[in-house]
Amino acid sequence: MGCLALSVAAPPLGVFLMLRRMSLTADVLGHGILPGVAAGFLLAGLSLPAMAAGGLAAGLAVAVGAGALSRATGGREDASLAALYLVALASGVAMVSWRGGAVELTNLLFGSVLGVDDAALLLMAGSATVTLAVLALAWRPLVLECFDPGFARAVGARGALWHMAFLALVVLNLIAAFQALGTLMAVGLMMLPAIAARHWARQVGGMAYASVAIALASAWGGLLLSFHADVPSGPAVVLAAGAAWLVSTLLGPVDGLLARLWRRPHLAG
Amino acid sequence: MSPAEIRLTDLTVSHARRPAVHHLSGRFAPGSLTAVVGPNGAGKSTLLRALAGLHRPDAGRIEGAAGQIALLPQATALDRAFPIGCLDVVLFGLWGGSGAFRAISRAGRERARAALVAVGLEGFERRPVGSLSVGQFQRVLFARLLLQDAPVILLDEPFNALDARTAADLLAMVHRWHGEGRTVVAVLHDLEMVRREFPQALLLARDCLGWGPTAEVLTAANRLRARMMAEAWAAEPEPCERRDAA
Repeated sequence: MGCLALSVAAPPLGVFLMLRRMSLTADVLGHGILPGVAAGFLLAGLSLPAMAAGGLAAGLAVAVGAGALSRATGGREDASLAALYLVALASGVAMVSWRGGAVELTNLLFGSVLGVDDAALLLMAGSATVTLAVLALAWRPLVLECFDPGFARAVGARGALWHMAFLALVVLNLIAAFQALGTLMAVGLMMLPAIAARHWARQVGGMAYASVAIALASAWGGLLLSFHADVPSGPAVVLAAGAAWLVSTLLGPVDGLLARLWRRPHLAG
Repeated sequence: MSPAEIRLTDLTVSHARRPAVHHLSGRFAPGSLTAVVGPNGAGKSTLLRALAGLHRPDAGRIEGAAGQIALLPQATALDRAFPIGCLDVVLFGLWGGSGAFRAISRAGRERARAALVAVGLEGFERRPVGSLSVGQFQRVLFARLLLQDAPVILLDEPFNALDARTAADLLAMVHRWHGEGRTVVAVLHDLEMVRREFPQALLLARDCLGWGPTAEVLTAANRLRARMMAEAWAAEPEPCERRDAA
Protein backbone atom coordinates (compact mmCIF):
# COMPACT_ATOMS: atom_id res chain seq x y z
CA MET A 1 0.00 0.00 0.00
CA GLY A 2 2.58 2.49 1.12
CA CYS A 3 4.87 1.59 -1.72
CA LEU A 4 2.05 2.09 -4.19
CA ALA A 5 1.51 5.60 -2.87
CA LEU A 6 5.23 6.27 -3.18
CA SER A 7 5.28 4.81 -6.66
CA VAL A 8 2.63 7.21 -7.85
CA ALA A 9 4.22 10.37 -6.53
CA ALA A 10 7.97 10.01 -6.59
CA PRO A 11 8.77 9.01 -10.20
CA PRO A 12 7.36 12.14 -11.88
CA LEU A 13 9.69 14.12 -9.64
CA GLY A 14 12.46 11.87 -10.84
CA VAL A 15 11.58 12.71 -14.42
CA PHE A 16 12.09 16.40 -13.73
CA LEU A 17 15.29 15.74 -11.81
CA MET A 18 16.63 13.76 -14.75
CA LEU A 19 15.63 16.45 -17.25
CA ARG A 20 17.38 19.07 -15.18
CA ARG A 21 20.49 16.92 -15.09
CA MET A 22 20.07 16.70 -11.35
CA SER A 23 20.01 12.92 -10.94
CA LEU A 24 22.97 13.24 -8.64
CA THR A 25 21.20 15.86 -6.55
CA ALA A 26 18.47 13.39 -5.68
CA ASP A 27 21.10 11.00 -4.44
CA VAL A 28 22.66 13.71 -2.32
CA LEU A 29 19.30 14.64 -0.85
CA GLY A 30 18.71 10.98 -0.05
CA HIS A 31 21.92 10.88 1.90
CA GLY A 32 21.32 14.35 3.26
CA ILE A 33 18.22 13.34 5.20
CA LEU A 34 20.16 10.63 7.02
CA PRO A 35 21.83 12.84 9.68
CA GLY A 36 18.47 14.44 10.41
CA VAL A 37 16.78 11.07 10.73
CA ALA A 38 19.66 9.90 12.90
CA ALA A 39 19.35 12.96 15.12
CA GLY A 40 15.65 12.22 15.53
CA PHE A 41 16.56 8.64 16.39
CA LEU A 42 19.09 9.77 19.00
CA LEU A 43 16.65 12.11 20.69
CA ALA A 44 13.51 10.04 20.61
CA GLY A 45 14.38 6.51 19.58
CA LEU A 46 12.55 4.87 16.70
CA SER A 47 9.77 7.43 16.66
CA LEU A 48 8.41 8.37 13.29
CA PRO A 49 7.54 12.03 13.94
CA ALA A 50 10.96 12.78 15.37
CA MET A 51 12.85 11.04 12.60
CA ALA A 52 10.65 12.53 9.87
CA ALA A 53 11.00 16.03 11.26
CA GLY A 54 14.75 15.65 11.57
CA GLY A 55 15.01 14.28 8.07
CA LEU A 56 12.86 17.05 6.65
CA ALA A 57 14.98 19.73 8.28
CA ALA A 58 18.24 18.14 7.18
CA GLY A 59 17.01 17.49 3.65
CA LEU A 60 15.82 21.05 3.15
CA ALA A 61 19.07 22.37 4.58
CA VAL A 62 21.07 20.27 2.12
CA ALA A 63 18.81 21.25 -0.78
CA VAL A 64 19.23 24.96 -0.08
CA GLY A 65 22.83 24.62 1.03
CA ALA A 66 24.13 22.70 -1.98
CA GLY A 67 22.91 25.26 -4.49
CA ALA A 68 23.98 28.23 -2.39
CA LEU A 69 27.37 26.72 -1.64
CA SER A 70 28.27 26.11 -5.26
CA ARG A 71 27.08 29.56 -6.28
CA ALA A 72 28.88 31.31 -3.43
CA THR A 73 32.20 29.52 -3.71
CA GLY A 74 32.23 29.39 -7.49
CA GLY A 75 33.03 25.69 -7.35
CA ARG A 76 31.44 23.12 -9.59
CA GLU A 77 28.10 22.00 -8.30
CA ASP A 78 28.78 18.29 -8.64
CA ALA A 79 31.90 18.62 -6.51
CA SER A 80 30.09 20.37 -3.65
CA LEU A 81 27.34 17.78 -3.92
CA ALA A 82 29.74 14.87 -3.67
CA ALA A 83 31.41 16.46 -0.65
CA LEU A 84 28.07 17.06 1.04
CA TYR A 85 26.77 13.59 0.58
CA LEU A 86 29.88 11.88 1.86
CA VAL A 87 29.81 14.02 4.99
CA ALA A 88 26.09 13.45 5.45
CA LEU A 89 26.34 9.70 5.06
CA ALA A 90 29.29 9.41 7.41
CA SER A 91 27.79 11.59 10.12
CA GLY A 92 24.44 9.82 9.86
CA VAL A 93 25.98 6.37 10.20
CA ALA A 94 28.18 7.53 13.05
CA MET A 95 25.22 9.01 14.94
CA VAL A 96 23.08 5.90 14.57
CA SER A 97 25.90 3.53 15.51
CA TRP A 98 26.66 5.57 18.59
CA ARG A 99 23.39 4.69 20.29
CA GLY A 100 21.74 2.00 18.24
CA GLY A 101 22.85 -1.37 17.02
CA ALA A 102 23.46 -2.86 13.64
CA VAL A 103 19.79 -3.75 13.26
CA GLU A 104 18.60 -0.17 13.60
CA LEU A 105 21.32 0.95 11.22
CA THR A 106 20.29 -1.57 8.59
CA ASN A 107 16.66 -0.61 9.01
CA LEU A 108 17.36 3.08 8.57
CA LEU A 109 19.67 2.64 5.62
CA PHE A 110 17.82 -0.07 3.76
CA GLY A 111 14.30 -0.08 5.12
CA SER A 112 12.03 -2.69 6.52
CA VAL A 113 8.47 -3.06 5.44
CA LEU A 114 7.55 -4.62 8.76
CA GLY A 115 8.45 -1.32 10.40
CA VAL A 116 5.74 0.45 8.44
CA ASP A 117 2.86 1.22 10.78
CA ASP A 118 -0.31 3.24 10.37
CA ALA A 119 1.44 6.52 10.97
CA ALA A 120 4.03 5.78 8.31
CA LEU A 121 1.29 4.76 5.88
CA LEU A 122 -0.51 8.01 6.53
CA LEU A 123 2.69 9.93 5.94
CA MET A 124 3.24 8.16 2.62
CA ALA A 125 -0.32 8.67 1.44
CA GLY A 126 -0.28 12.27 2.60
CA SER A 127 2.97 13.12 0.88
CA ALA A 128 1.83 11.40 -2.30
CA THR A 129 -1.36 13.46 -2.28
CA VAL A 130 0.47 16.71 -1.70
CA THR A 131 3.05 15.87 -4.36
CA LEU A 132 0.50 15.05 -7.01
CA ALA A 133 -1.55 18.12 -6.24
CA VAL A 134 1.46 20.43 -6.40
CA LEU A 135 2.76 18.74 -9.55
CA ALA A 136 -0.59 19.17 -11.25
CA LEU A 137 -0.69 22.84 -10.30
CA ALA A 138 2.93 23.63 -11.01
CA TRP A 139 3.36 21.53 -14.12
CA ARG A 140 3.62 24.44 -16.52
CA PRO A 141 6.16 26.54 -14.60
CA LEU A 142 8.24 23.44 -13.87
CA VAL A 143 8.41 22.42 -17.50
CA LEU A 144 9.22 25.97 -18.56
CA GLU A 145 11.89 26.39 -15.90
CA CYS A 146 13.49 23.11 -17.01
CA PHE A 147 13.33 23.80 -20.72
CA ASP A 148 14.18 27.45 -20.93
CA PRO A 149 15.13 29.11 -17.63
CA GLY A 150 16.18 32.29 -19.43
CA PHE A 151 12.75 32.71 -20.99
CA ALA A 152 11.13 31.88 -17.66
CA ARG A 153 13.02 34.75 -16.08
CA ALA A 154 12.29 37.10 -18.94
CA VAL A 155 8.53 36.60 -18.63
CA GLY A 156 8.73 36.83 -14.85
CA ALA A 157 7.83 33.23 -14.11
CA ARG A 158 9.72 33.12 -10.79
CA GLY A 159 11.63 30.02 -11.76
CA ALA A 160 13.80 29.94 -8.64
CA LEU A 161 10.74 29.85 -6.42
CA TRP A 162 9.28 26.91 -8.29
CA HIS A 163 12.60 25.19 -8.19
CA MET A 164 12.77 25.43 -4.41
CA ALA A 165 9.19 24.19 -4.07
CA PHE A 166 10.12 21.30 -6.31
CA LEU A 167 13.18 20.39 -4.21
CA ALA A 168 11.00 20.53 -1.10
CA LEU A 169 8.69 17.98 -2.75
CA VAL A 170 11.67 15.75 -3.47
CA VAL A 171 12.74 15.88 0.17
CA LEU A 172 9.18 15.21 1.33
CA ASN A 173 8.99 12.09 -0.82
CA LEU A 174 12.33 10.82 0.36
CA ILE A 175 11.18 11.26 3.96
CA ALA A 176 7.97 9.42 3.27
CA ALA A 177 9.89 6.61 1.63
CA PHE A 178 12.68 6.05 4.10
CA GLN A 179 10.73 3.90 6.51
CA ALA A 180 9.82 1.37 3.87
CA LEU A 181 12.84 1.60 1.62
CA GLY A 182 15.56 3.08 3.79
CA THR A 183 17.31 6.40 3.31
CA LEU A 184 19.84 5.01 0.86
CA MET A 185 17.29 3.23 -1.28
CA ALA A 186 14.46 5.77 -1.27
CA VAL A 187 16.11 7.57 -4.18
CA GLY A 188 16.00 4.40 -6.23
CA LEU A 189 12.23 4.33 -6.54
CA MET A 190 12.37 7.98 -7.61
CA MET A 191 15.17 7.90 -10.18
CA LEU A 192 15.26 4.45 -11.73
CA PRO A 193 11.68 4.46 -13.06
CA ALA A 194 12.23 7.98 -14.33
CA ILE A 195 15.39 7.01 -16.16
CA ALA A 196 13.70 3.92 -17.55
CA ALA A 197 10.69 5.99 -18.65
CA ARG A 198 12.92 7.95 -21.01
CA HIS A 199 12.87 4.93 -23.28
CA TRP A 200 9.08 4.73 -23.46
CA ALA A 201 7.95 8.26 -24.20
CA ARG A 202 9.08 11.30 -26.16
CA GLN A 203 7.36 14.00 -24.15
CA VAL A 204 7.42 15.01 -20.52
CA GLY A 205 3.84 14.03 -19.79
CA GLY A 206 4.23 10.58 -21.29
CA MET A 207 7.45 10.07 -19.37
CA ALA A 208 5.72 10.89 -16.11
CA TYR A 209 2.97 8.32 -16.79
CA ALA A 210 5.44 5.69 -17.90
CA SER A 211 7.61 6.25 -14.84
CA VAL A 212 4.64 5.75 -12.54
CA ALA A 213 3.70 2.50 -14.26
CA ILE A 214 7.25 1.22 -14.01
CA ALA A 215 7.50 2.24 -10.36
CA LEU A 216 4.24 0.48 -9.49
CA ALA A 217 5.41 -2.72 -11.14
CA SER A 218 8.82 -2.48 -9.46
CA ALA A 219 7.34 -1.90 -6.03
CA TRP A 220 5.05 -4.89 -6.44
CA GLY A 221 7.77 -7.16 -7.74
CA GLY A 222 10.30 -5.91 -5.23
CA LEU A 223 8.08 -6.51 -2.24
CA LEU A 224 7.30 -10.04 -3.43
CA LEU A 225 11.02 -10.65 -3.80
CA SER A 226 11.68 -9.18 -0.37
CA PHE A 227 9.05 -11.42 1.23
CA HIS A 228 10.00 -14.67 -0.45
CA ALA A 229 13.77 -14.28 -0.57
CA ASP A 230 14.03 -12.52 2.79
CA VAL A 231 16.05 -9.51 1.65
CA PRO A 232 15.48 -6.00 2.99
CA SER A 233 12.64 -4.29 1.16
CA GLY A 234 14.64 -1.28 -0.03
CA PRO A 235 17.24 -3.14 -2.07
CA ALA A 236 14.61 -5.56 -3.33
CA VAL A 237 12.41 -2.78 -4.72
CA VAL A 238 15.38 -0.94 -6.16
CA LEU A 239 16.64 -4.14 -7.78
CA ALA A 240 13.24 -4.65 -9.34
CA ALA A 241 13.32 -1.06 -10.62
CA GLY A 242 16.83 -1.68 -11.86
CA ALA A 243 15.61 -4.70 -13.80
CA ALA A 244 12.87 -2.53 -15.30
CA TRP A 245 15.51 0.01 -16.29
CA LEU A 246 17.64 -2.68 -17.91
CA VAL A 247 14.69 -4.00 -19.87
CA SER A 248 13.75 -0.48 -20.93
CA THR A 249 17.25 0.32 -22.09
CA LEU A 250 17.30 -2.84 -24.16
CA LEU A 251 13.76 -2.94 -25.48
CA GLY A 252 12.36 0.56 -25.11
CA PRO A 253 11.04 2.03 -28.35
CA VAL A 254 12.79 5.39 -27.82
CA ASP A 255 16.57 5.06 -28.13
CA GLY A 256 16.52 1.47 -26.90
CA LEU A 257 19.56 -0.64 -27.70
CA LEU A 258 17.58 -3.23 -29.59
CA ALA A 259 15.88 -0.61 -31.72
CA ARG A 260 19.32 0.64 -32.58
CA LEU A 261 20.72 -2.77 -33.45
CA TRP A 262 17.70 -3.85 -35.43
CA ARG A 263 18.36 -1.77 -38.50
CA ARG A 264 15.21 -1.15 -40.40
CA PRO A 265 15.40 0.46 -43.82
CA HIS A 266 15.35 4.23 -43.69
CA LEU A 267 12.20 6.07 -44.57
CA ALA A 268 11.50 7.76 -47.84
CA GLY A 269 11.10 11.25 -46.43
CA MET B 1 -0.37 48.58 -27.84
CA SER B 2 2.30 50.79 -29.29
CA PRO B 3 5.84 50.71 -27.94
CA ALA B 4 7.22 53.41 -25.70
CA GLU B 5 10.54 55.05 -26.36
CA ILE B 6 13.41 53.26 -24.63
CA ARG B 7 15.95 55.65 -23.15
CA LEU B 8 19.37 54.62 -21.91
CA THR B 9 21.16 57.05 -19.63
CA ASP B 10 24.86 56.50 -18.90
CA LEU B 11 24.22 52.74 -18.79
CA THR B 12 27.00 50.46 -17.58
CA VAL B 13 26.53 46.68 -17.30
CA SER B 14 29.35 44.45 -16.07
CA HIS B 15 30.39 40.86 -15.63
CA ALA B 16 32.33 40.56 -12.36
CA ARG B 17 33.02 44.33 -12.41
CA ARG B 18 34.44 44.25 -15.95
CA PRO B 19 32.16 46.48 -17.98
CA ALA B 20 30.58 44.84 -21.00
CA VAL B 21 28.48 47.88 -21.84
CA HIS B 22 30.22 51.09 -20.79
CA HIS B 23 28.54 54.47 -20.27
CA LEU B 24 26.00 54.03 -23.04
CA SER B 25 23.43 56.77 -23.57
CA GLY B 26 20.85 57.02 -26.30
CA ARG B 27 17.36 56.09 -27.34
CA PHE B 28 15.48 53.49 -29.33
CA ALA B 29 12.67 55.43 -30.97
CA PRO B 30 9.22 53.80 -30.95
CA GLY B 31 8.85 51.64 -34.04
CA SER B 32 12.53 51.82 -34.96
CA LEU B 33 14.44 48.93 -36.52
CA THR B 34 17.99 48.85 -35.17
CA ALA B 35 20.90 46.49 -35.73
CA VAL B 36 23.43 46.17 -32.93
CA VAL B 37 26.84 45.36 -34.41
CA GLY B 38 30.32 44.96 -33.02
CA PRO B 39 32.99 42.32 -32.49
CA ASN B 40 32.64 39.37 -30.13
CA GLY B 41 32.79 40.44 -26.52
CA ALA B 42 31.58 43.94 -27.35
CA GLY B 43 28.61 43.76 -24.99
CA LYS B 44 25.86 43.27 -27.55
CA SER B 45 24.14 40.33 -25.86
CA THR B 46 24.69 41.91 -22.47
CA LEU B 47 22.90 45.03 -23.65
CA LEU B 48 19.89 43.01 -24.81
CA ARG B 49 19.81 41.05 -21.57
CA ALA B 50 19.93 44.29 -19.59
CA LEU B 51 17.08 45.71 -21.68
CA ALA B 52 15.05 42.56 -20.99
CA GLY B 53 15.69 42.91 -17.26
CA LEU B 54 17.83 39.78 -17.03
CA HIS B 55 21.04 41.57 -16.09
CA ARG B 56 21.07 44.33 -13.51
CA PRO B 57 22.94 47.48 -14.59
CA ASP B 58 25.88 48.59 -12.48
CA ALA B 59 25.17 52.20 -13.16
CA GLY B 60 22.88 54.33 -15.24
CA ARG B 61 19.24 53.85 -16.14
CA ILE B 62 17.00 52.09 -18.63
CA GLU B 63 13.62 53.72 -19.00
CA GLY B 64 10.56 52.68 -20.91
CA ALA B 65 11.47 49.02 -21.37
CA ALA B 66 9.74 47.34 -18.45
CA GLY B 67 7.01 44.90 -19.30
CA GLN B 68 6.90 45.34 -23.05
CA ILE B 69 9.85 43.27 -24.21
CA ALA B 70 10.16 39.86 -25.83
CA LEU B 71 13.71 38.51 -26.12
CA LEU B 72 14.98 35.84 -28.48
CA PRO B 73 18.19 34.53 -26.86
CA GLN B 74 21.05 32.97 -28.77
CA ALA B 75 19.98 29.55 -29.94
CA THR B 76 22.86 27.76 -28.27
CA ALA B 77 21.55 28.67 -24.82
CA LEU B 78 18.74 26.10 -24.97
CA ASP B 79 18.60 22.39 -24.21
CA ARG B 80 17.25 21.02 -27.47
CA ALA B 81 17.20 17.44 -26.22
CA PHE B 82 14.34 18.34 -23.89
CA PRO B 83 11.31 16.10 -24.49
CA ILE B 84 8.74 18.67 -25.47
CA GLY B 85 6.63 19.21 -28.57
CA CYS B 86 6.74 22.26 -30.85
CA LEU B 87 3.23 23.43 -30.04
CA ASP B 88 3.95 23.38 -26.31
CA VAL B 89 7.05 25.51 -26.82
CA VAL B 90 5.06 28.02 -28.84
CA LEU B 91 2.30 28.06 -26.21
CA PHE B 92 4.79 29.31 -23.62
CA GLY B 93 4.58 32.56 -25.57
CA LEU B 94 1.17 33.05 -23.95
CA TRP B 95 2.72 33.12 -20.48
CA GLY B 96 2.14 36.85 -20.13
CA GLY B 97 -1.61 36.24 -20.36
CA SER B 98 -1.92 32.76 -18.90
CA GLY B 99 0.67 32.84 -16.15
CA ALA B 100 1.48 29.66 -14.32
CA PHE B 101 -2.01 28.41 -13.68
CA ARG B 102 -4.70 29.88 -15.89
CA ALA B 103 -6.12 27.63 -18.56
CA ILE B 104 -5.09 28.25 -22.14
CA SER B 105 -8.14 29.05 -24.21
CA ARG B 106 -9.05 27.44 -27.47
CA ALA B 107 -8.33 30.77 -29.15
CA GLY B 108 -4.83 30.68 -27.66
CA ARG B 109 -4.24 27.23 -29.11
CA GLU B 110 -5.50 28.39 -32.46
CA ARG B 111 -3.10 31.33 -32.35
CA ALA B 112 -0.23 28.98 -31.56
CA ARG B 113 -1.15 26.77 -34.53
CA ALA B 114 -1.44 29.80 -36.76
CA ALA B 115 1.97 30.99 -35.56
CA LEU B 116 3.51 27.65 -36.51
CA VAL B 117 1.92 27.94 -39.93
CA ALA B 118 3.21 31.51 -40.23
CA VAL B 119 6.79 30.37 -39.69
CA GLY B 120 6.36 27.59 -42.23
CA LEU B 121 6.04 24.67 -39.83
CA GLU B 122 2.55 23.45 -40.56
CA GLY B 123 1.97 19.96 -39.17
CA PHE B 124 4.86 20.17 -36.70
CA GLU B 125 2.59 20.59 -33.64
CA ARG B 126 3.51 17.32 -31.97
CA ARG B 127 7.06 16.94 -33.25
CA PRO B 128 9.59 16.81 -30.38
CA VAL B 129 12.03 19.70 -30.59
CA GLY B 130 14.91 17.23 -30.46
CA SER B 131 14.05 16.05 -33.98
CA LEU B 132 14.20 19.54 -35.51
CA SER B 133 17.06 21.03 -37.47
CA VAL B 134 18.70 24.22 -36.23
CA GLY B 135 16.68 26.28 -38.69
CA GLN B 136 13.38 24.65 -37.80
CA PHE B 137 14.04 25.19 -34.12
CA GLN B 138 14.72 28.86 -34.73
CA ARG B 139 11.40 29.04 -36.59
CA VAL B 140 9.68 27.58 -33.53
CA LEU B 141 11.23 30.27 -31.34
CA PHE B 142 10.03 32.93 -33.78
CA ALA B 143 6.54 31.44 -33.51
CA ARG B 144 6.80 31.82 -29.74
CA LEU B 145 7.75 35.49 -30.26
CA LEU B 146 4.66 35.87 -32.45
CA LEU B 147 2.50 34.67 -29.59
CA GLN B 148 4.16 36.93 -27.07
CA ASP B 149 2.93 39.80 -29.21
CA ALA B 150 5.27 42.27 -27.48
CA PRO B 151 5.65 45.89 -28.58
CA VAL B 152 9.43 45.64 -28.33
CA ILE B 153 11.29 42.63 -29.78
CA LEU B 154 14.96 41.93 -29.08
CA LEU B 155 16.74 39.34 -31.25
CA ASP B 156 20.17 38.01 -30.30
CA GLU B 157 21.93 36.76 -33.43
CA PRO B 158 18.67 35.47 -34.89
CA PHE B 159 20.11 34.31 -38.23
CA ASN B 160 23.21 32.49 -37.02
CA ALA B 161 23.85 29.15 -38.72
CA LEU B 162 20.72 29.44 -40.84
CA ASP B 163 20.52 28.73 -44.54
CA ALA B 164 19.61 31.56 -46.91
CA ARG B 165 15.98 30.50 -47.27
CA THR B 166 15.31 30.32 -43.53
CA ALA B 167 17.14 33.57 -42.89
CA ALA B 168 15.10 35.28 -45.61
CA ASP B 169 11.81 33.95 -44.19
CA LEU B 170 12.65 35.09 -40.68
CA LEU B 171 13.95 38.43 -41.92
CA ALA B 172 10.60 38.95 -43.64
CA MET B 173 8.99 38.41 -40.25
CA VAL B 174 11.26 41.04 -38.73
CA HIS B 175 10.12 43.50 -41.42
CA ARG B 176 6.52 42.57 -40.72
CA TRP B 177 7.00 43.47 -37.04
CA HIS B 178 8.65 46.72 -38.11
CA GLY B 179 5.70 47.44 -40.39
CA GLU B 180 3.30 46.84 -37.48
CA GLY B 181 5.03 49.64 -35.58
CA ARG B 182 6.94 47.49 -33.12
CA THR B 183 10.42 48.43 -31.96
CA VAL B 184 12.88 45.77 -33.12
CA VAL B 185 16.51 45.51 -32.01
CA ALA B 186 18.67 42.74 -33.48
CA VAL B 187 22.26 41.74 -32.77
CA LEU B 188 23.84 40.86 -36.11
CA HIS B 189 27.21 40.00 -37.59
CA ASP B 190 26.32 40.08 -41.28
CA LEU B 191 27.18 43.70 -42.13
CA GLU B 192 25.88 43.34 -45.67
CA MET B 193 22.48 42.44 -44.32
CA VAL B 194 22.62 45.30 -41.82
CA ARG B 195 23.35 47.82 -44.60
CA ARG B 196 20.60 46.40 -46.78
CA GLU B 197 17.83 45.79 -44.28
CA PHE B 198 18.32 47.87 -41.12
CA PRO B 199 17.82 51.65 -41.19
CA GLN B 200 19.40 52.22 -37.76
CA ALA B 201 22.60 50.78 -36.33
CA LEU B 202 24.38 50.83 -33.00
CA LEU B 203 28.09 50.00 -33.10
CA LEU B 204 29.29 48.69 -29.77
CA ALA B 205 32.73 47.82 -28.49
CA ARG B 206 31.97 48.12 -24.81
CA ASP B 207 31.83 51.85 -25.47
CA CYS B 208 29.40 53.12 -28.05
CA LEU B 209 31.16 54.06 -31.28
CA GLY B 210 28.17 55.24 -33.20
CA TRP B 211 24.41 55.16 -33.04
CA GLY B 212 22.23 56.44 -35.83
CA PRO B 213 21.56 55.91 -39.52
CA THR B 214 23.36 52.77 -40.63
CA ALA B 215 25.42 54.34 -43.40
CA GLU B 216 26.89 56.90 -41.00
CA VAL B 217 27.67 54.39 -38.28
CA LEU B 218 29.22 51.57 -40.27
CA THR B 219 32.25 53.38 -41.64
CA ALA B 220 35.53 51.52 -42.04
CA ALA B 221 37.25 53.76 -39.50
CA ASN B 222 34.60 53.08 -36.88
CA ARG B 223 34.79 49.33 -37.39
CA LEU B 224 38.55 49.33 -37.01
CA ARG B 225 38.27 51.26 -33.76
CA ALA B 226 35.66 48.80 -32.56
CA ARG B 227 37.97 45.86 -33.17
CA MET B 228 40.83 47.46 -31.21
CA MET B 229 38.67 48.53 -28.29
CA ALA B 230 36.86 45.25 -27.81
CA GLU B 231 40.10 43.35 -27.59
CA ALA B 232 41.72 45.70 -25.10
CA TRP B 233 41.93 44.02 -21.71
CA ALA B 234 43.88 45.70 -18.95
CA ALA B 235 45.47 43.31 -16.46
CA GLU B 236 44.79 45.44 -13.41
CA PRO B 237 42.31 48.18 -14.24
CA GLU B 238 41.46 50.94 -11.79
CA PRO B 239 37.84 51.60 -10.85
CA CYS B 240 36.29 53.71 -13.58
CA GLU B 241 36.08 57.41 -12.70
CA ARG B 242 34.26 58.56 -15.80
CA ARG B 243 31.11 60.60 -15.37
CA ASP B 244 29.36 61.39 -18.60
CA ALA B 245 26.93 64.24 -18.74
CA ALA B 246 23.53 62.64 -19.23
